[in-house]
Amino acid sequence: MNPEIAGRKYPPAAPYLVGREKVREFARAVFAENPINHDADAARRAGYADVVAPPTFPIVVQERTLAQLLADPEAGIDFTRVVHGDQRFTYSRPIVAGDELTATLTVTSVKSLGGHSMVTSESSIVDATGAHVVTATSTLVVRGEE
Amino acid sequence: MMARSVSVGDVVAEREFHLTRDSLVRYAGASGDFNPIHYRDDFAHEVGLPGVLAHGMLTMGIAAQPVVDWLGDPGKVLDYQVRFTRPVLVDATNGAIVRVVAKVGVVDDVGARIDLTVTFADETVLGKAQLRVSLD
Repeated sequence: MNPEIAGRKYPPAAPYLVGREKVREFARAVFAENPINHDADAARRAGYADVVAPPTFPIVVQERTLAQLLADPEAGIDFTRVVHGDQRFTYSRPIVAGDELTATLTVTSVKSLGGHSMVTSESSIVDATGAHVVTATSTLVVRGEE
Repeated sequence: MMARSVSVGDVVAEREFHLTRDSLVRYAGASGDFNPIHYRDDFAHEVGLPGVLAHGMLTMGIAAQPVVDWLGDPGKVLDYQVRFTRPVLVDATNGAIVRVVAKVGVVDDVGARIDLTVTFADETVLGKAQLRVSLD
């Protein structure tokens, strides 16, 4: 892959509207059984506008920006050789149903290690007012050719 | 609300998850990650894997859950990170048992760092699995 893409910032991905049923579906999938993940009234009683997404839900929004990176011919990443190395989320607040989220990816580093490449990117996710919600950071390991 | 009092080394949550192939299909649909290594044995074998694997992000997702339940509010999670070090192989018949132990690693002004030990078949599958949480 191309080490020159370090520092590259992609255009914001299309906005993602967080649906209540999507939050419930994702919560079930990660065994999140707290009523505030499923019941809008319980969420409101806890001070949220609507059902609250589990901590790893931002991956769904971040994924759209990773798709931009993987599809960039100049990045030269063979997605069939990509393995997820690490993942981090840094939150300003949890995602709730009704949020309209926009994610923007920046490539923070590209490193080479023993024939493999490691590309780290940060996707900053903001709401419709432009306020920061969460930053999702991923390192993808691109395995070298044998 | 009362601030929680915790000390370094306290186990604040523990849970065992039984993942099955159904869990993987459900997560694929919920997350949009339809990589066939997470539901097709033939495909997994073709790419050199021992079998169908759980999505790393599913393992990361369930691993946070005991801590979120302990906190009672996902808004108290300030930061969550993991390194994917070993795959979780999900047998078609028996599934896989993933065990999570959450222990206090650091207590400071911000709150605490909770360190997760996440194991499958007696081996850890996540490295540096840590949540920064507020204890207010």
